[in-house]
Amino acid sequence: MKQKHQNPNTNPTTSSGVTTDMRVIVPLQGLVQGGGSGLVLGSIIPCALFYFFQLYFKSKNPTTPPPSPSSQQPPDITPPPAGGLERVQSIRSIWSPRGTNGQAQVSSRASLVIKQPDSPYYVGLEKALVDPYHGLRNPDGIIQLGLDENKLSLDLVEDWIMTHTKCSTICQELQVNGITNYHPYDGISDLKMAVAGFMSQVTEGRVLFDPSNIILTSGVSPAIEMLVFCLSDIGNAFLVPSPYSPDLDRDIKWRAGVEIIPVPCRSSDNFTLSTTSLNRAYNQAKKRGLKVQGVIISNPSNPVGNSLTRETLYDLLDFATEKNLHVIANEALAGPTNDKNLEFVSLAEIINSQDSEEYDRKRVHIIYGLSKDVSLPGFEVGAVYSFNQTVLNASKKLLRFSSVSSLSQRLLVSMFNDSRFVGDFIKINRERVERMSDLFVGGLKNLGINCMKTSHGTYCWADMSAFIRPYSEKGELELWEKLLNVVKVNATPGSCCHCIEPGWFRFCFTGLTESEIPVVLERIGKVL
Amino acid sequence: MRLIVPLQGIVQGRGGLILGSIIPCAMYYFLQFYLKRRRSPPNLPEADSNPPSPVASSSNLTELSRSASRSNLVSRASIGRPHVSARVHSIAKANDSCYYVGLDRVSSDPYDRVGNPNGVVQLGLAENRLTLDLIENWITEKLNESILGMNANGIATYQPFDGMSELKVAMAGLMSQVVGKTVTFDPSQIVLTSGATSAIEILCFALADQGNAFLIPAPYYPGFDRDMKWRTGVELIPVHCRSSDNFTLSIPALDQAFNQARKRGQKVKGILLSNPSNPVGNLMTRETLLGLLDFAREKNIHIISDELFAGSTFGDEEFVSMAEIIESEETDKDRVHIVYGLSKDLSLPGFRVGVIYSYNENVLTVSRKMTRFSPVSAPTQRLVTSMLSDTTFIKSYIETNQERLRGMYELFVNGLKELGISCTKSSGGLYCWCDMSGLIKTYNEKGELDLWDKLLTVAKINVTPGSSCHCIEPGWFRCCFTTLDEDDVRIVIERIRLVVETCKSPS
Repeated sequence: MKQKHQNPNTNPTTSSGVTTDMRVIVPLQGLVQGGGSGLVLGSIIPCALFYFFQLYFKSKNPTTPPPSPSSQQPPDITPPPAGGLERVQSIRSIWSPRGTNGQAQVSSRASLVIKQPDSPYYVGLEKALVDPYHGLRNPDGIIQLGLDENKLSLDLVEDWIMTHTKCSTICQELQVNGITNYHPYDGISDLKMAVAGFMSQVTEGRVLFDPSNIILTSGVSPAIEMLVFCLSDIGNAFLVPSPYSPDLDRDIKWRAGVEIIPVPCRSSDNFTLSTTSLNRAYNQAKKRGLKVQGVIISNPSNPVGNSLTRETLYDLLDFATEKNLHVIANEALAGPTNDKNLEFVSLAEIINSQDSEEYDRKRVHIIYGLSKDVSLPGFEVGAVYSFNQTVLNASKKLLRFSSVSSLSQRLLVSMFNDSRFVGDFIKINRERVERMSDLFVGGLKNLGINCMKTSHGTYCWADMSAFIRPYSEKGELELWEKLLNVVKVNATPGSCCHCIEPGWFRFCFTGLTESEIPVVLERIGKVL
Repeated sequence: MRLIVPLQGIVQGRGGLILGSIIPCAMYYFLQFYLKRRRSPPNLPEADSNPPSPVASSSNLTELSRSASRSNLVSRASIGRPHVSARVHSIAKANDSCYYVGLDRVSSDPYDRVGNPNGVVQLGLAENRLTLDLIENWITEKLNESILGMNANGIATYQPFDGMSELKVAMAGLMSQVVGKTVTFDPSQIVLTSGATSAIEILCFALADQGNAFLIPAPYYPGFDRDMKWRTGVELIPVHCRSSDNFTLSIPALDQAFNQARKRGQKVKGILLSNPSNPVGNLMTRETLLGLLDFAREKNIHIISDELFAGSTFGDEEFVSMAEIIESEETDKDRVHIVYGLSKDLSLPGFRVGVIYSYNENVLTVSRKMTRFSPVSAPTQRLVTSMLSDTTFIKSYIETNQERLRGMYELFVNGLKELGISCTKSSGGLYCWCDMSGLIKTYNEKGELDLWDKLLTVAKINVTPGSSCHCIEPGWFRCCFTTLDEDDVRIVIERIRLVVETCKSPS
């Protein structure tokens, strides 16, 4: 391997110009001129050449196309040097269909997905799903703190649905003609307008969103996948500040075939993103030969919960402009603020403001979701806000694969159009999240666990490094396992989020009720 | 060994000189070619279907580092213009297929008897409006119960991506009723997706790698080109069926296409068939299906059977599902995958509910994982669950639907017959497959498209030309008649008559 790495590096230098022709002649000249050095050169260089040649064949063998000098590649030509190749092909064709006799096989990309072991994040979710805690019915069940879901304000949604599906307005809205037939894949315009309005409301009116730049997807995952598909080719890479959401690996690696390059952020900086580390990661990726196509940030950050400052966003845009990268900002968590003093700055606000004309809007893509904000994850509605017309056009067509059910769209339209409800909802929901956060984080503090000071989010990012032994990923996972199996609490370990420091855990507390908090804290206390 | 020869030559002097000069030179040329080849097609590594084996990735390195420096140059030259990916360029381009051009035209100027009587009549979209009144009644009656019956916990919280188990049970019931009458469908083999479109894409992803191919009897549904090729990078190889056989699939033709693909070096991973066929509307017989299964077994490939129209049959022939065939087999169940959905049979395309029914555990596992990208919205699942659980409604609905389909089909086909246009005998689907080859000026694709254009711009009806469906014979058109009512049919026939007359008069 090592040799292989070195060789290609020397290749381009030898073949890069006129001098290269000379190079080959040198050993021969040496020969003609006689002398010891010529002999040595003449033996070393052909040897090296021969190695190249061998390497070349080796690298060709797994992929079939023969080394035909002509520029048309694939298989029509099977010229002389393919002696060894032909055999490979025939062996393979005999092998796979016959050898296994009758076993219908899935594609290799699918088997990669199957073979890939579930990370502790998914293992925990699955376990908690099978044996969920319930105060009365299943008091020994697993308490779910791994799923980022807000159940605090469900009663508001429920009330709304109760009162509104009964009255005739919604039935008109749900007129069959409006919901059962084919509709534009990218979402009905009523809902786009409503989402645009809602997004402006979340940013407290500082940004006006243009509904024609919005497309609706069936959830945040398809939105991310689609953007990544549009912005990069297989084998390209995106820079992602770590710790990042444990879902992201699946979202962009599985089908889009894109690499993630973590940009590690540290607790000493409060896990904030710095341009230096971005630059370093970018240069390292380049050295590895990866083509970096963009940066994916989540703002407010999942799992840490802090949001990027205005300055950081400007820095990020400068960096993206300098390197000509795209920026995908996942602002799905922008809604609930725990602290009124900290304002949330949307990337849309920066790009819309007067003084940012040097930035190309076409490189900014914002993802928005209704799962966290409005706590309607079951509706599976995500939104992409982009200024890039090509991306919008392509996405509209790709949405044939993940468009939103018209029934849900209609329900949401009437829900969003009820601006009083939305206003109340946002207010009450914020209060409740805040209250829960105070209770939970305060409780953890009493146990000696410190959390990152966060302004957003339905979870907290807790430092349990004092309780792990050894101070490594292994120790962290041991603690996670203890939490899950002994005291039956499912949390997300930092290693699933690709956190560079061991001992951090994400706890999502909005799936709990207030009365459950003492139970959770008691259970966690037991482990320590 | 080879390499040592020139060196030996050198050591021994004499003829070694020639050998020692020729062979390194030759090697050097090879090296040059190698480098050139590596450099010139920039997307070569992408075409490689193999997962990056260590060797391949190391060879990527040489290519990528160089192209990275090139991208640096580009970014300098065109300061800060962000690029989109190469694979999305073709997708972002404007629609070129007539199928989509026609659909776009209709959506910009749709016919409405009162509001826009001069608009374009839609015969290009397989959408069933014949029985909307039944659905409408059911929903207005039961909406409250079905959605309100659940609390917000049931619709607003996270649900398993691959569908709620209640809906799977209900869906299995529907499929036993409609698809395979003798088969009991197992809910645990069901994966729900947001529409049959994504069901097909997910299957395609699970069964084939980039550059692999699927055989598909042609003419086929124009949407498959997008479903199967766009993101998965899989090829479709049409197996042409002809009017002389009433467009039925023959195994020898399949075999021939398979061998040709093999010769071209393509790896065929499966067969994609639609039964009842879209766009022809004929059904596959038991014998054909058995033959297909044998063929798949012999070649060790998969079968995706798209049975979206299973309940929308109206002829006297009986629909046989692939599930029925495979149920009676002992082996090879794991190569059969059935796609179903509610868009056609229950006329609920807006709800985006599709089904993968597979006997292959691996495929089911992958599909479940992939549904994170195309889940069905929870309120929709609730509503559909209670609709499907209402078996008396479903039963009467299916019957009424088939009756109305038959009535409409006869009305429409007879109307065309009066104009001298004959249709293939079809027993299922929401459309008929009409032979207008007598009306086209030149018997080729151009003639067909001229006629299509005339129908669209002069007569203002949008039909799907056979060439969009990859039909090998020119002059065939698919007309969907289920968005019309009886009065509309008269108008459509009159409009076609105009075109027929202009086509016939000069000749």
